[in-house]
Amino acid sequence: MSAISTSHTDELVRIRGLRTQLGSKVIFDGVDLDIPRGRVTAIMGPSGTGKTTLLRHITGQLVPDAGEIVVDGHDLSKLDRNALFDLRERIGYLFQNSALLTDFSVFENVAFPLRQHARLPEELVRNVVLMKLQAVGLRGAAELMPAELSGGMARRVALARAIVRDPTLLIYDEPFVGLDPIALNQVVKLIRVLNETLGLTSIVVAHELSAVSRVSDEIYLLAAGRVAAHGTPQELVRGATDWTRQFFGGEADGPVPFHYPARDYAADLGFAQVRP
Amino acid sequence: MSEKRDSGSRLGDGLAQVGALGLFLLQVLAAIPRSLRYFAETVRQIFFVGAMSLVIIITCGLFIGLVLGLQLYEVLSRFGSTASVGTVVAIALYRELGPVITALLFAGRAGTSITAEIGLMRATDQLAAMEMMAVDPMAYVVAPRFLAGIVAMPLLACIFNALAIFGSHLVAVSWLGLDNGTFWSNMTGAVDVWTDVMNGVWKSAVFGAVVTLVATFQGYTTAPTSEGVAYATTRTVVYSSILTLVIDFLMTAFLM
Repeated sequence: MSAISTSHTDELVRIRGLRTQLGSKVIFDGVDLDIPRGRVTAIMGPSGTGKTTLLRHITGQLVPDAGEIVVDGHDLSKLDRNALFDLRERIGYLFQNSALLTDFSVFENVAFPLRQHARLPEELVRNVVLMKLQAVGLRGAAELMPAELSGGMARRVALARAIVRDPTLLIYDEPFVGLDPIALNQVVKLIRVLNETLGLTSIVVAHELSAVSRVSDEIYLLAAGRVAAHGTPQELVRGATDWTRQFFGGEADGPVPFHYPARDYAADLGFAQVRP
Repeated sequence: MSEKRDSGSRLGDGLAQVGALGLFLLQVLAAIPRSLRYFAETVRQIFFVGAMSLVIIITCGLFIGLVLGLQLYEVLSRFGSTASVGTVVAIALYRELGPVITALLFAGRAGTSITAEIGLMRATDQLAAMEMMAVDPMAYVVAPRFLAGIVAMPLLACIFNALAIFGSHLVAVSWLGLDNGTFWSNMTGAVDVWTDVMNGVWKSAVFGAVVTLVATFQGYTTAPTSEGVAYATTRTVVYSSILTLVIDFLMTAFLM
């Protein structure tokens, strides 16, 4: 498996006209989005706006109702299961909840993708795994079991597992949640270093504006089923639109409702008659 | 009207479940060739569902043998046929009781643990993580457990039968004074390897497949919540027990 792509288009991921409905809720209603090669692209947006769902589309875990998703030149709708698995071998994915295999130690979790897909001598497997664990600061925790790790440590182990095969595309779903300031700073640096030294393409879904601003080259802001804004962190933070002003300013009032739709508050508390 | 609609909807849900189980079986069968590269995982699962079930199988086998010996001796003594205790015990065990009771115990011991384990893997995204690492969970997780059930169940049923016969021998011969030679010679004379013993072996292999199929299906398709895993575990015991008894009747009707 080569980490170098054979496709020469500028964008590694191209999404056009994405439409998705889960139950009665419309998640995406015509999303167009490009993830450029060799850069770090952040996907931001209010909770429940479909950021993780978008990642599931990009990795072929979820089929959209309509639209085109092309990853590294491959139209996902035309790939059979084997071809999709071949593509996934070039994708590293950091899950929101780490998703470590609970029966395996930290070392075996990181070694798992290597053992499944690469017939390497045990000594080489050991060295690669220890190098990746060293990169996330957990070489000393190699023999621990997932149940013995804190949330932040589990996330760093999952990150080591995601990068163990030096993928072409690295997808981070909420990589900064649960990290203390030291670990967060190291992970931010690691994402940049990986991107620059290995020539990877990264997609980061996160809410932490300061970390995202430091790590990403550009940001897509998703809201109300569409791309509400797109640009560099500096452009978006300047707040050219109501969406960006509300989201980056952390305002309750704006196009994104803070409250879930509900009956009249006073009526719910019994202070007023419910109007028919 | 609404009752009719409710029962119609429940019937529809039930049929949909049966259809989904059938499709799941096809997926498992298709994954078996790919799962052969995970042979070590299959062996590990045989240990977990087989060896780890030994205590309950041995204990229940022994006590069921003790009770069978007591009851049969008492009943047969009314007709002066206590010499047939060994024969009746062996035939009942080999043909029906061994495979069926072992399957019911297997569903309670191994089936529930398979469902809970796979259900928690679903709830904690471990199955999704495998998919993302280009490892097929059907081949790596489901098929080895399915194969382990098919291998382990006949072995467990044989052990169950051996302990039950030992128990009935303890009661009939050592306690109630039946002649040892009569017990064994009547048994070996009446039991046929192919029509009695092997029928039980085939049955228990099929029951092993049924229990592990239901258990893996329930775990794989569980709602990813603690309540979902709890319901799935319950359904494993209920559905696999019912299926075992229905299939037992069908196999008995066609194999006899």
